Amino acid sequence: MTNKPVIRVRQVVKEYDGVPVLERLNLDVSAGTLCTIVGASGCGKSTFLRMLLSQEVPTRGIIELDGSPLPKEPTPDRGIVFQRYSVFPHLTVEDNLLLAREFAGAPFAGRFFGSARRKARDAVSQIIGDIGLDAARRKYPAQLSGGMQQRLAIAQALLKEPKVLLLDEPFGALDPGIRADMHVLLLDLWKKTNMTIFMVTHDINEAFKLGTRMLVFDKIRHDPQAPGAYGATITYDLKLDSKNRQDAQEAKSLIASGVFGA
Amino acid sequence: MRLINRKPSRRTAVFLGVLPFIFVAILYMVASDIRLSQNPSDRLLPSMSTMLESMRQMAAVPDKRNGELLLWKDTLASLYRLAMGLGLSTVLALVIGLVMGILPYGRAALAPFTSAFSLIPPITVLPILFILLGLGEAAKVGLIVVGTAPVMIRTLAQASLDIPRELVIKAETLGASSWQIATRVIMPNVLPVLISALRIGLIPAWIFLVSAEAIASTEGLGYRIFLVRRYMAMDIILPYVAWITLLAFIMDRLLLSLSKLAFRWKHIEGDSL
Ligand SMILES: Nc1ncnc2c1ncn2[C@@H]1O[C@H](COP(=O)(O)OP(=O)(O)OP(=O)(O)O)[C@@H](O)[C@H]1O
Ligand SMILES: [Mg+2]
Repeated sequence: MTNKPVIRVRQVVKEYDGVPVLERLNLDVSAGTLCTIVGASGCGKSTFLRMLLSQEVPTRGIIELDGSPLPKEPTPDRGIVFQRYSVFPHLTVEDNLLLAREFAGAPFAGRFFGSARRKARDAVSQIIGDIGLDAARRKYPAQLSGGMQQRLAIAQALLKEPKVLLLDEPFGALDPGIRADMHVLLLDLWKKTNMTIFMVTHDINEAFKLGTRMLVFDKIRHDPQAPGAYGATITYDLKLDSKNRQDAQEAKSLIASGVFGA
Repeated sequence: MRLINRKPSRRTAVFLGVLPFIFVAILYMVASDIRLSQNPSDRLLPSMSTMLESMRQMAAVPDKRNGELLLWKDTLASLYRLAMGLGLSTVLALVIGLVMGILPYGRAALAPFTSAFSLIPPITVLPILFILLGLGEAAKVGLIVVGTAPVMIRTLAQASLDIPRELVIKAETLGASSWQIATRVIMPNVLPVLISALRIGLIPAWIFLVSAEAIASTEGLGYRIFLVRRYMAMDIILPYVAWITLLAFIMDRLLLSLSKLAFRWKHIEGDSL
């Protein structure tokens, strides 16, 4: 794939109250990349995703989506799955999935009635089956397990067929078995859609297993007198194709020993 | 086992719950007996049978002057005012609270005013209401609104701000407009809070209702209590107070059931009082 980048990040700095959290970010990500992001807690991974989502604005620098500056607010071309609060607690599984259609089809009422509703329900029942929630379609999120909730959240985020899908530690709260199932689901969806995915994770094995590219965020400049003087940036940028496995192996031990030492 | 982990069975819980009521009732009857045995015409602590008889007259015997059943007339008048006042407050809280909670411009324009307004002691507004609106129903309803609406508005605004930001952002990525976010995401999430606010608002609402009725009225539960106070008619005052309490209790329970019925998702986890 030699397409031009979907996401272009140039000289981006993010400060909170004058304290830099992220600095000197430069990045080109081409369409169809599954980009995993790792880094120490508090180094600004979620902040980076929030900027890609337009939930936060960079203090300096620009981010482009498909060659034009990011919209100023979240839009359907970027989907998101948070670690928590990703699905609507007051709606059943089915209604959570109907919602996007209702937003598009009923500008004022925001909901479908009668035959329009029946048609939309038929359309989402396929999706409900795909994520294995058939038996739970009338249940509320609080009645679902963590894995079921995240499957619902991912399916919901894909409804608008976003160009870019942002995942912030989506499987962080799941046990290893369920997590492996979720990996299969995610890779499957990714292959079908050719979406670009950014996924933050604390699990470095997960980052290697899923990613075609891995970014490591870390602080490279330290001022012992003022620990907050510098922000984190991208310190490793690894292509994880199968021929680079050896490379990856090396990098893995390198990172495991050094970067997460703190 | 630790005390904090010991739980009563359902029957024990009911028994324990009833115990304080029985205790107070017995205490009253003993005290009343003692006073009445010393002075049979004592009016301070009337016996249960006297109170029952007085209430029977209020509820079932037409009044000599206008042929009406006073207890029901008073109850209807008071409930009507209460419903009007709280109904208005609810509408105000929902509309203004949501505008304040959802729109930064709405918040900027309305939050300082609402905060200032809510600090006015409502009872000081009563003379103003009487002068402006006359001594009729409007002033009494108005006092209930002044006394309950500001807090309810602020509760609703805060509740809409407390909704996890993630939900709003998620809705934006699903293509929702501001209006759709307000009606399909934020409002359904704050409606249970509206009911709790209403339940809490019942307390000041009753206070202001009884106050307004005591000052200027010709019917109503508060009016009756203050009227018969002149004759030290404890046999009517005490049952009336119990009756008001019972009405308030029933309303509170009805609102809780409504919340459980209408917002099942909210009550899946956790106990509620
Ligand atoms: N709204 C904010 N105001 C001020 N500081 C903030 C804000 N949001 C984040 N920060 C700071 O920015 C830094 C990065 O936060 P961020 O949530 O992006 O970290 P993270 O890499 O996602 O961490 P974790 O792995 O624990 O999720 C933290 O030090 C945090 O205190
Ligand atoms: Mg984070």
